[in-house]
Amino acid sequence: MTTTVAAPAITAKERPGDRVFSTLTVVASSLILAVLAAVAIFLVAQSMPAFVAESDDFKGDATNFWSYVGPLVFGTVWSAALAMIFAVPLAIGVALFITHFAPRRIAQGLGYVVDLLAAVPSVVFGLWGIGVLAPALQPYYANLTEWFGWFPLFAGPVSGTGRTILTVAIVLAVMVLPIITAISREVFLQTPRLHEEAALALGATRWEMIRMAVLPFGRPGVISGAMLGLGRALGETMAVAMVLSPATIISFALVQSQNPTTIAANIALNFPEAHDVGVNILIATGLILFVITLGVNSIARYIVGRRKAFSGAN
Amino acid sequence: MSKRIEVNDLNVYYSSFLAVEGVSLTIEPRTVTAFIGPSGCGKSTFLRTLNRMHEVIPGARVEGEVLIDGNNLYGAGVDPVLVRRQVGMVFQRPNPFPTMSIGDNVLAGAKLNNKRMSKSEGDDLIEKSLRGANLWNEVKDRLHMPGSGLSGGQQQRLCIARAIAVNPEIILMDEPCSALDPISTLAIEDLIEEMKQEFTIVIVTHNMQQASRVSDRTAFFNIAGTGKPGKLIEYDDTTTMFSNPSVQATEDYVSGRFG
Ligand SMILES: Nc1ncnc2c1ncn2[C@@H]1O[C@H](COP(=O)(O)OP(=O)(O)OP(=O)(O)O)[C@@H](O)[C@H]1O
Ligand SMILES: [Mg+2]
Repeated sequence: MTTTVAAPAITAKERPGDRVFSTLTVVASSLILAVLAAVAIFLVAQSMPAFVAESDDFKGDATNFWSYVGPLVFGTVWSAALAMIFAVPLAIGVALFITHFAPRRIAQGLGYVVDLLAAVPSVVFGLWGIGVLAPALQPYYANLTEWFGWFPLFAGPVSGTGRTILTVAIVLAVMVLPIITAISREVFLQTPRLHEEAALALGATRWEMIRMAVLPFGRPGVISGAMLGLGRALGETMAVAMVLSPATIISFALVQSQNPTTIAANIALNFPEAHDVGVNILIATGLILFVITLGVNSIARYIVGRRKAFSGAN
Repeated sequence: MSKRIEVNDLNVYYSSFLAVEGVSLTIEPRTVTAFIGPSGCGKSTFLRTLNRMHEVIPGARVEGEVLIDGNNLYGAGVDPVLVRRQVGMVFQRPNPFPTMSIGDNVLAGAKLNNKRMSKSEGDDLIEKSLRGANLWNEVKDRLHMPGSGLSGGQQQRLCIARAIAVNPEIILMDEPCSALDPISTLAIEDLIEEMKQEFTIVIVTHNMQQASRVSDRTAFFNIAGTGKPGKLIEYDDTTTMFSNPSVQATEDYVSGRFG
């Protein structure tokens, strides 16, 4: 009783414009993949010699690659984490002020200032860090060690110049603040009016409304913004290289003169005089930075994706 | 628990534009009052002045007084936040918080008053409110799921549950059924009928049958033309308004001959 009629395949009419456009998008996206693959292959290939290098190929007293890169990884992650601790709450605060508290004129002005910060080159931040921030903070650091020296983070002896990892973290925080603020501001502005009114109609104060409607709605966007900022903080070279007086140690102390340096700053400082396997070692540290950044991004994506059903996108 | 609303000579402005002029009316406790009238005549504007939600709009302000059991909402020192906990609101488009589960949505407002609500207290309130909104049986097995996963009609009843969980005295509804299908609409109309035992309800609607089905009293608003202020034309028992109104404009409007 079954009569199967072969349905004629319906084919959409092909227009030249569509074809050109789709070719363009395919080419563009494969180009990105190709560049990424080329970078990865370059990093891996050039890194190989570093993993089997002899102990006297390394600067300092490292005996193999991992003991060499260890303090650098620590310094990179530690300084970036500190920067995020300062930058993220501040950025959320500024974004909320701009979107929900400030009178319109002030909000606009503040928005421009924040965007302007993003346009300042990192060399300038480095100069500011050495010339202004470090000397200005040094007396406070001295007080910190005096009063809170019993707390490991603020253990002495205090740095005499103020060029410590804490100063670096503050400089980094200022550098990543604009991007996190700009993205948070955009997502906060997009909170549906309907949900803000729902909260207010339940008798929420402005702050309760923000906690009920604005922050949960903006959460994925704020996380994405923070990850962009973190990526910049992890990879920042100039400001860190200029401010920090590096040492190859792993130490959580914030205000001593011996500070762990970061991968990117270490490459910038040592590349000019590196030769032979020394170059490979530096490139290998670059590979590690690449892996760290990738890892951080995947974690962020996981966090954002985990509560997708509650994101408000449906 | 429900209270009487008395409005005396109220004007509402958006900046310099007079949107509603000279409204005086009295709404008795435990009744349903319907606001009807053509689009743009200021029904929503007036409704929002009853819980000071108009203040959310920059430039909006009122003259005159609104008394709830004799206390002026606009008296000096009255906190709009507390007013809104007494006078709840349900909006035209269902707006559960998408980032919260069904259960958390119900508790969202109640938790503002009672920050340290225990788990069992919370569960009881969720059940009571959802039962009050005729939604309990449909969602009791998925209280932890997002509220945005419900149908439009269920979402609207969730919003009603959220509003009654705060235990207000008065509930304002601005076209609560206009985004819903006829079955969901009937469900909400039945619900309004039941809620009247406990709350004073004011509902804006464009649906004449709905007004005549659910309300005890009906207020008809109209405007003389664009840019003119909206006015209260007639306010009376619903049966009178629909059978034997005293103003010609009301008769024209409820019978569909207007414009
Ligand atoms: N936020 C606002 N700013 C300025 N004017 C407004 C605002 N909201 C409403 N109005 C004006 O106030 C008048 C009354 O509007 P309102 O929304 O109260 O009408 P309505 O009776 O609820 O209409 P509808 O039945 O279409 O919902 C209209 O002229 C409208 O243009
Ligand atoms: Mg309206």
